[in-house]
This record gives sequence, structure tokens and C-alpha cells, in this order.
Amino acid sequence: MPINHDQLIEMVDKIPTFQESVHRILSLTTSADCSPKDLVQVIEYDPILTMKVLKLVNSAYFGLSQEVTSVNHAVVYVGINTIKNVAISVATTGALPKTNKAGLNMNQFWSHSLAVGVIAKLLAENKGVGKNEQANYFVAGLLHDIGKVLFAHFLPDDYQQVLQKAESENLPIHQVEKQLLGFDHSEIGAMVAEKWQLPAELVNSIKSHHTTDNEDQSPLSLAIYAANQMAHYLELHKQASSEDAPLLLAQAATIDESLPEKVKVWLAWPLSEVNKWLVNLDDEIDKAITFIDLSDAD
Amino acid sequence: MIITLRGVRGSIPVPGKDTVKYGGNTTCIDIMTDEGDRIIIDGGSGIRPLGQELVAQLPVNCSIFITHTHWDHIQGLPFFLPLFIPGNNVGIYGSFDPVYMKDLKTILAQQMEYCYFPVRESELNANINYHNLREGQKIQVGSATVTPILINHPVLNFGYKVEANGKKFFFTGDYEPPLNIYSPEDEAYEEYQRLVDQQKKVLTDFIQDVDVVVADCQYTREEYPTKKGWGHGTHDSCIDMARDANIGTLYFTHHDPTRTDSELDKIYADVMNRSDLPATQFHIAMEGTKIKL
Repeated sequence: MPINHDQLIEMVDKIPTFQESVHRILSLTTSADCSPKDLVQVIEYDPILTMKVLKLVNSAYFGLSQEVTSVNHAVVYVGINTIKNVAISVATTGALPKTNKAGLNMNQFWSHSLAVGVIAKLLAENKGVGKNEQANYFVAGLLHDIGKVLFAHFLPDDYQQVLQKAESENLPIHQVEKQLLGFDHSEIGAMVAEKWQLPAELVNSIKSHHTTDNEDQSPLSLAIYAANQMAHYLELHKQASSEDAPLLLAQAATIDESLPEKVKVWLAWPLSEVNKWLVNLDDEIDKAITFIDLSDAD
Repeated sequence: MIITLRGVRGSIPVPGKDTVKYGGNTTCIDIMTDEGDRIIIDGGSGIRPLGQELVAQLPVNCSIFITHTHWDHIQGLPFFLPLFIPGNNVGIYGSFDPVYMKDLKTILAQQMEYCYFPVRESELNANINYHNLREGQKIQVGSATVTPILINHPVLNFGYKVEANGKKFFFTGDYEPPLNIYSPEDEAYEEYQRLVDQQKKVLTDFIQDVDVVVADCQYTREEYPTKKGWGHGTHDSCIDMARDANIGTLYFTHHDPTRTDSELDKIYADVMNRSDLPATQFHIAMEGTKIKL
């Protein structure tokens, strides 16, 4: 069942966003003087809204002379009212169903995306990346898995098989995607991002979050790779506190040990140590996840 | 070039005894280059009397640049007589609407739909060409070059720089310098401020050493706190712009519709008494003012 990716890209425009974001945007914008800060936060914590806003402002329709890499940059450049109207038009196309036939857990997807965004930004800060670039790290982390939503939404039957096979045979999802669909979520996410004229560095970081084969991998790409593994590592540790601890901790240790050499060199520490020197990591992740308030969702 | 201000009012036309001196028509600026090429910026109600004058000598050839499509910048277009006469050539330039995905022709045609206006856009007999502009795209009109820059307003708004024979003119359209949406104690404040400063610098560099600027100045310093985010400038923002970009002369325009002639005079006198003004010459934009460059 190899997919027709051109067809998929055409369909992506119609993808709705998370219910929580739709509710928040519609309720914030009932008043003419809605807080720009609150509106921006709803957009920048939602991978689909972020991607749609970046897609649109970087498109030929806007015809801007500078490349826009973050939601805040978009607001400064084209104005809050234009971004507000873009958000409303996205919100009114509907909301992603809570469950999809493919069985991709959307809450987990969203909180993992946020965690990777937060970790990538903290890594950037720690590695001395300039303040002006740190926002790109958050956006790249937030968007890295966007291909999974596209698969689940547009190819639910096929993707259900992918997820089931990965689970039953204990294989990495991206490997099974490649096997059954012909593309994995990092490739399809990058294809869409490229088609949407998102900045090249962002496209590359989505493309290479499961590979380090690329010769000239940028620090951004390495950071997203590392942040993604770090988020999985932390999640396993969190689960280990309430479940089958030795097995989960062993899995976490495997993630740490099997980090590719390039990532290890860039990170300069094992994940078990990074956890200690990334100050406020848990707080920052909690803050982001509390904001989206997944528990409140129907 | 000769620049004539044909409409200097913001928001809505305000005819009447209180606006006789500065004028009640909404935005329109008429520019004639030394070689006789005609550039018109915006089609507010000020474009109607201009059109009546132009049809005295046919055919009319002109290029109309729309800063943005809020009513006060396009409401005069259906009454611009040259559009109705065969043999006239009119180019209309402006931005695409990327939110509702409408091109300029569609937007302008919609204000002439059945329920708003008796003549349809397709019944206009002049030779009309529409052009959706990208930021920074240089348009040659005879000897003049017109370049749009996107600057902050609640809708996409182009400021236009017109250059001809070594002279430079700039009109902001409607413009409020971007504000920081965060408070100083917010984590994102500093980064946002950097983006704001960067965006302001893009404009400052774009209009550096321009001879004459006509700039949105709808509000006073005192009114501004309750008008933040509405998309308009103040005397302070105009003065800062003039200082930063070393502007020769700046006209305050887009007068608030509630502003009377005597209020405009009083506010201007107060502003001119400030001690921190740059070397720029400041004037109140007045309907009918001719500026020779």
C-alpha cells in the first residue's frame, strides 16, 4: 500500500486542528480586543496551527521578502489581526476527532511534540545558541512528528496496521511505516513542510530526526534528534515510577546507549546526565502541557 | 515630480463646516512625474474629484496603487470616472488577500456587486489591468519606480516608495509601529522586542533619506493609550520615523474623522513647540496641497 504523496500533500490543507485549540481560539476571538499574547500562545503550542500559520505567511500569497520562522515573527511581520483571522479560518474548518481509526493517541502525540519543543529550546539555550534562533528550535521540536498526524488522518486503515505491527513486533514506528507505506513520518512531514515553503533548516530537522546519515547535519537537526530521544527517555523514567520499572529503565538505558555518535558528540553528555543539567526541564514541560490542558478535553 | 494630496482624512469622509480648511475626503494622493506619468496612491473619496478633472483630457493613462483595501482607501474607486470610458488605460496594483484568498480584482469587484452599486466591475469600459504585488517588487511607471513595503496595520498594508529623477517620496498608508505584546516580566518579551526592532529597522532602512513622507498620524499622544492596536500612528511615531530615517519633510495625515480644523491647528502648534524635534520639516496634510520635488 505505498502512498501517493502528491495526493497526500493536496489533502493536508484540509486537516483540522486540535479541539482544545479550536475552542480556545473561538472563545478568545469573541471579543474585538482579545489578548494578542493569549492568542499567540494557543497557536504556538499547537503543531498544526503553527505549521499552517508558517505555511501561509511564507507562501507566495503573502509574498514577503523575509522568511518567517516563528509565530511571534509572523505576528510582528504581518500584524496580530491578520494572524488572528488566519487562526479563526483554521479553527472554523473543524476540529481533529479525539480518536482516529488508526489508533494514534492524539493526546500523547501533542504532549510529546510539546516536550520535544521545550527540550530542544533548552538544549539550544544551554549550547549557547543565540536568543534569536532559540524560537526555531522550539518550532522544529513541535513539528518534528507532524507526519504521524497526516498518516493517521488521511490513511487511517493503513496506519492502523503500521501501529499494530510496531506494537506487536516491538519495532520502531518509523521502520514499520517505511516497510508498509514506502515513506516514514519524518519523510512525509518534511515533504509537506518543503511543499509549504517552510525554512529549509526546519524541513531538514523534521526529515532527519530519525537519521544522522546526512553529511552536513545542522546543530538544529542534531538538537531535534537528541530532544526526541530525551523526551522518550524521560517518559520511560516517568512510567517506571508506577509500572514495570526494571524493563522500562532498561529500555531508557538502551535509548541512551544507542544514540548515534554525531548526536553524542554534539550533546557531549549521556541523556542520564543531560537530565540533571537542563535546569527547569520538568517545570517547563509541565507548564506547556498544563496550558494545553489535555485532561479537560472531551 | 508634483505630488497633490487629494484626500487626507481617515476612516470616513467628513464634509462640513469643521473640515473646510483641511478637507473631509478620505485618502488619495496624486503624483505626476516630470515626464508626465501619473501615479495615484489609494482610491478613497478624494479620487472622485480627481477623476472628474482627468476626463477633461482623454485618454487617461494612470497607475493606481492601493495601500490596503479598507473602505476609506477604496470607496472612491467606483466613482472614478476614467474607469468608465473606453480607451483609458488604468493599472491597479495592491496586495492579494491571503486570509480569504482573494485577488485584488475580486476584492474591488465585490464592492461593486449588485447590492452595493448599480454598475458591475465587468461593465467598466476602460482598459483595466490588475496586479497583485509582492513586497519589494519594483514597478516601473514611465520614469518612476514604485516599491511596496509591508508595514503593520490590522490588514496587510503596503507603504509605497516612489522614486523618479533622483527624488524620493514615501506614503505609509495606514501604519502603527508594531508593539511588544508581552510585558517586560514575560520570558518572551526580549525576543519579541528584538523582532519588533528588526522590523522597524527594515522600514527605517527602506525610507532612509527620503525627501518627502506622508505618514499616518490619526491619534495624539494623549489619545493613543486607548487606541493601541487599532493600526494608526501618532505624532510621536511620525517624529521618530522622521528622525531615524533622516526625512526631509513629513506631512501628518489620516486625520481622525472627529478632528476639526481648529483642533488640527492647535495640536500642530503644540507638537511644534516640543524641544526634541529633528531637523525634518513637519506639516499638516491638507486637501489640495501640492508638493514639488
